Amino acid sequence: MKCRNCDTDESGSRNGTGTEQKMKKIKVALAGQPNVGKSSIINSMTGARLHVGNFSGVTVEKKEIFIEKDGYEIEMVDLPGIYSLNAYTPEEQVAKKFLYNEDYDLIINVADANTLSRNLIFTFQLMDMQKKMILVVNMIDEVEKQGGKVDRDKLEELLGIPVILTSAKEHRGVDEIVDHVIEVYTSQKPKNKLFYDERIEEQIEKLVKMLHKSPHFKDPDEARFIAIRLLDRDEEVYKVIHDLPIFIELHEMLGQIYRELEMEFDEESTSDILSDERYAMAKALVLKALKKPPKKLTLTDRLDRLLIHPILGLPIFLFFMWLLFQITFEVGSVPMEWIDAAFTEISNTINAVLPAGAIQSVLADGIVPAVGSVIMFLPNILILFLGINLLEQTGYMARAAFLLDGFMKKFGLQGKAFIPLVSGFGCTVPAYMAARTLKNPKDRIITMLVLGFMSCSARLPVYVLLIGAFFPTSHAGNILFIIYISGAILGLIVAKILRMVLFKGEPEPFVMEMPPYRFPSMKALGVELWIKAKLFLKKAGTFIAGASMIIWFLSSYPHDSLLVQSYEAKIEAAIDEAAKMQLQSELAAKELENSYLGTIGKTIEPVFAPLGFDWRVSVATIAGLAAKEVVVSTLATLYAVGDADEKSNTLIERLRENISFKAAVALIVIIMIYSPCIAAMSTFWAEVPQWAWRGFYMVYPNVLAWLMAFGVYNLLGVLGY
Amino acid sequence: MKPLTECTIGCEGRIVKIKAKDPIKGRLFSLGLAKGSEIKILDHTLAKQTWEVESDGTKIALREEEAASVFMEPKGGCK
Repeated sequence: MKCRNCDTDESGSRNGTGTEQKMKKIKVALAGQPNVGKSSIINSMTGARLHVGNFSGVTVEKKEIFIEKDGYEIEMVDLPGIYSLNAYTPEEQVAKKFLYNEDYDLIINVADANTLSRNLIFTFQLMDMQKKMILVVNMIDEVEKQGGKVDRDKLEELLGIPVILTSAKEHRGVDEIVDHVIEVYTSQKPKNKLFYDERIEEQIEKLVKMLHKSPHFKDPDEARFIAIRLLDRDEEVYKVIHDLPIFIELHEMLGQIYRELEMEFDEESTSDILSDERYAMAKALVLKALKKPPKKLTLTDRLDRLLIHPILGLPIFLFFMWLLFQITFEVGSVPMEWIDAAFTEISNTINAVLPAGAIQSVLADGIVPAVGSVIMFLPNILILFLGINLLEQTGYMARAAFLLDGFMKKFGLQGKAFIPLVSGFGCTVPAYMAARTLKNPKDRIITMLVLGFMSCSARLPVYVLLIGAFFPTSHAGNILFIIYISGAILGLIVAKILRMVLFKGEPEPFVMEMPPYRFPSMKALGVELWIKAKLFLKKAGTFIAGASMIIWFLSSYPHDSLLVQSYEAKIEAAIDEAAKMQLQSELAAKELENSYLGTIGKTIEPVFAPLGFDWRVSVATIAGLAAKEVVVSTLATLYAVGDADEKSNTLIERLRENISFKAAVALIVIIMIYSPCIAAMSTFWAEVPQWAWRGFYMVYPNVLAWLMAFGVYNLLGVLGY
Repeated sequence: MKPLTECTIGCEGRIVKIKAKDPIKGRLFSLGLAKGSEIKILDHTLAKQTWEVESDGTKIALREEEAASVFMEPKGGCK
């Protein structure tokens, strides 16, 4: 077996192709195993426009960049990490489907220089596709720092495809990629050829001949790829040929080939034979092209000794989580005050500039305070997201999964489920998607059903507001930590119950890479945060502004002019200022009660009355089903109306006056447990096709939330609060 | 030849057999655990429910059940 090198003459292809013509498009698929730094490469490319979307039909994030150079517009699609074309997780399926079915011009395969031989096995699978391809060997700095060396020319010679050595961290070689893309795109070089053992090649030949009988596989390159994939027992490809007229004949031939090869190589499956071939080939290549660094105790080894220590590991993990929530609260509260002040200023300006009336009121009383009350929490949310991203990108998250696997197994979950669960603290939507890493459908659905109990960052504003109003400041961080932890514990208990009652059976196997610890690139973190901030501000500016406008309208109309007249007369007649103010707020409160919103609130009040909620809190709770931030903005609108007293104008004080301590705790419990926002609910629907689960998902958290809140409310009552 | 789960932390050797079935076998393979690979036992949790091994620079976490399906020939010095 050998990699036959093709003509490497590059000079012929370098002619300034058509700068004067209109932009030519080159579409590139960026494929590689997880943790090889594909995203960092994309983030560090100069002059790239980033676009974030979803892969069609699924909710896996799709990052694309567009670069213009020498008259070409190059579009690069960052595929989800994929270990092998024998895809295992749903995310890998997305990458595989893209590689198989989408239209693109060339593949950039990113590999990690540290684990080159393992990466090359996937490279060989990609090379079987017979597409134009470039190999990018990333993290070259790490290998070199340890005294190793990768021989680029040798690799190119042996593989027969262009190889670029890069370090996204040091911005080395990254911008060369684009030049190579254009060069490979324009060159007419024969495609790469990768040859297996003669006995395998013989059988591939037979299959290719058979495939040629079908008009679908006239292209010899494609036929060869299909033949290899059939030997690799690729179910997707098998499904394709299943519908062909030649299927019966082909099927018979395949069976015979499988038997012959398995006998000859003394292996269980032809897929194992191909694996062994690729493995040997990768070993041979690495032997020639890579000078391995001397084996030393790496930083990762040393850190792991402490961080996944059998006894110390867990306490350290819990400390990190506690620290994260402390910082979220403490540091986040600083800019909060500035933002609050800024929005109050805006409201005051509007009041001063615009004439009194509906427009002034909708802006100054409705939209501005509502949007402001939500944007105030942007710092908290960004800090929490940064923390979770840091855990993920440094590689610590995998350690946490390792530490917690035994524990999670007791609750019928597996260690890997820990990653979506922790992402759930950031946002439930990506967490539902992260659950895709769980292959077993039972594990996945259990994880998704309890994910909502991991309080997302949108619920943070509600907690912060209520904690601020009802608990001493010195304990704020701890209370927040307790809320999050109790959500997590509840999730585990429910998971256990679900596992025992509805999903009997063993959880899926746990096999997972533990990536080396890496210091994440600041730019990548910055980009992630920026995307998050932008989305949040957009949501605040559109969805939440819209929702608060509706709430404002419902709370301001219908106008009862008789009521107003009678009160105005009373106010006229009042003797001192204090009495006037008293009457004014009475009027406002009456008006609010008679509004549409008041009517709605009164209707649903009985449902929440056992929890000690008045109609305003009831309305806010229901509004929270749209988005959790809306709870805060609704409370702001509902309690700000009728606020005539200049001194007690903060929302917190209004809440203290109107809500009892036990009702506030009951509200926290409700927020913690009940259905997440519409966006999350629709993601769940998109991810889970079964109607029974969808129905269950819509009902049980709300019932559970009410029951738990009822219990807590009464317990606090017994305790004398 | 013995399963990984019967080895102690720090033990090194070579993989001689993988009894796992596909797709687990394929997954182990694409992470670098194949017949002939060098392997080192790095760690396990207190109750030995989860194991960490290293092969060719890749660290891999496995549950007890999967670790027991990988057989290695330990080099001298390991128990």
